[in-house]
Amino acid sequence: MSGRAGSAESFAFTADNLKAAKAMVAKYPQGRQQSAVMPLLDLAQRQLGWTSPAVIEYVAEFLDLPAIRVWEVASFYTMYYREPVGRYRLHVCTTTPCWLRGSDEVVRVCKEKTGLDFGGTDEKGLFTLLEVECLGACVNAPILQVNDDYYEDLDADRTAALLDALAEGRQPPVGTMAERLNSAPEGGRTTLLEADARC
Amino acid sequence: MLSDGDRIFTNLYGEHDWTLKGARARGDWDGTAGLIAKGREWLVEEVKASGLRGRGGAGFPTGLKWSFMPKESDGRPAYLVVNADEGEPGTCKDRDMMRWDPHKLVEGCLLACAAMGAGAAYIYVRGEFYNEARHLQHAIDEAYEAGLIGRNACGSGIDCDVFLHRGAGAYICGEETALIESLEGKKGQPRLKPPFPAMAGLYGCPTTVNNVETIAVAPTILRRGASWFSGFGRSNNTGTKVFCISGHVNRPCNVEEAMSIPMRELIETHAGGVRGGWDNLKAVIPGGSSTPILPKSICDEVLMDFDALRDAQSGLGTAAVIVMDRSTDVVRAIARLARFYAHESCGQCTPCREGTGWMMRVMERMASGRARVEEIDMLLDVSKEIEGHTICAHGDGSAWPIQGLIRHFRHEMEERILSYRSRAAAA
Repeated sequence: MSGRAGSAESFAFTADNLKAAKAMVAKYPQGRQQSAVMPLLDLAQRQLGWTSPAVIEYVAEFLDLPAIRVWEVASFYTMYYREPVGRYRLHVCTTTPCWLRGSDEVVRVCKEKTGLDFGGTDEKGLFTLLEVECLGACVNAPILQVNDDYYEDLDADRTAALLDALAEGRQPPVGTMAERLNSAPEGGRTTLLEADARC
Repeated sequence: MLSDGDRIFTNLYGEHDWTLKGARARGDWDGTAGLIAKGREWLVEEVKASGLRGRGGAGFPTGLKWSFMPKESDGRPAYLVVNADEGEPGTCKDRDMMRWDPHKLVEGCLLACAAMGAGAAYIYVRGEFYNEARHLQHAIDEAYEAGLIGRNACGSGIDCDVFLHRGAGAYICGEETALIESLEGKKGQPRLKPPFPAMAGLYGCPTTVNNVETIAVAPTILRRGASWFSGFGRSNNTGTKVFCISGHVNRPCNVEEAMSIPMRELIETHAGGVRGGWDNLKAVIPGGSSTPILPKSICDEVLMDFDALRDAQSGLGTAAVIVMDRSTDVVRAIARLARFYAHESCGQCTPCREGTGWMMRVMERMASGRARVEEIDMLLDVSKEIEGHTICAHGDGSAWPIQGLIRHFRHEMEERILSYRSRAAAA
């Protein structure tokens, strides 16, 4: 997660990331370095900001693979941004559990506040708005994932407050925006109340 | 109701220290070497006797699965792969286990590896769970540093490595052979079986793929005994289970309960009941998006276990209970799932690649009423042409929600079509 370096035309890992990349390759058996394709693409994307053609070629060379093998991976998985994105990637979940809890409102506020449609990035490069499938935090629906962080239990007002804060460069505490403890029921737990179970 | 003393995930809500110190205080890593010393056969038999069935959706008996691994190595290494690619809509239990009780999973990896003669475990965590993966990696690092895993793990004499591998946003990688492909650095496209992973899985070596919860409950089962675990739930449906209750309830939550708890009791005791009261209930998807929807009349009495929900023509799946009150447009709710399955099809098999897209488009028309009544039967027919005709269960998973909708809410689909027609005629 070091700063952004490199450009779309050429790419190379920073010294820190080079070290991290070698550690990633070492997780897999000898001769199985292809397994490191995904972690390396992720590392490169964190460095550059997106998965450019140069990133793909670089990772292929790094792992001694035909470039097509890396292209296949980069185009199959949705988390590799194949074009430049904004500073804050807003991933709005609209799958049924989030939809039942009001994701339409989250979408509406995101579109209104950013002026973007899904897939768009604003001119200042601040926001990219993306629709995603189930984020796997359904008891805290609806969810908006900002970069790596989940914001949960949203409604229109909370979404607006979150986006306002981001626009001002402040990132609110991650997690639920309701008065509850993570995935415990709001208003008090029904389990894990006995002292000896809680050490 | 299950008592707190019988709950395995005592830090489910993340109230306490999730690092090694806190985990030890909650009883993790206690006497692990002693359990390993009882031998491979004992470990497998104990898990078999507990009745534990896989917690990732399919419910295959875990001890039996473990017993499929070769008893003698032919020179190839053996692997445990943990499926932490949690993404079945409605499901968010593995997330809590990884972020708040990661040591249960790491210890479970060691014990499962010992039971199967595996030398390494790879935990495949969905890419979006970045913060969860950080907690888990921290726990792995702590366990290495304390000598709990790695060479001579826990002083047991066996070596066991645990590695974390992050995915990058593909639901299909929750299918075990797609997960293996992905772990090998390829597109996540499922493999034909046989060969089964126990014979040729990761890198062509004997491999067992288990869900996070399956592995994370193993240490507690082995410590407290098979009979303790099998004392909960009905026969063939034993144990405790973490349920995810989402949708139109007053207080959505994750909660660990005994298997076979009545659905109504589960929802009313822990999730504050259905919004507007039980009589305001319309339908429930009982086990994650792939399991067919159930109308209130069945929900009134049904038990939350594998057999009861199968008998109700649905399934326990991942035990992700998605509740819909009477305000819900169930046709649209299922249409959205159809879009999910179309989006997530890997494209390998024609019935799934073409069929999920076709069903999505027809369901979209059904949701707005722009369809003909005869098309409902056509939709049902097509769903049956997809079901069972693909390499993996993604095709089945895309067909079942639509079949469930037609089974129980056909009248609503017909009314939608007729009302659209009469509005169109009036205009």
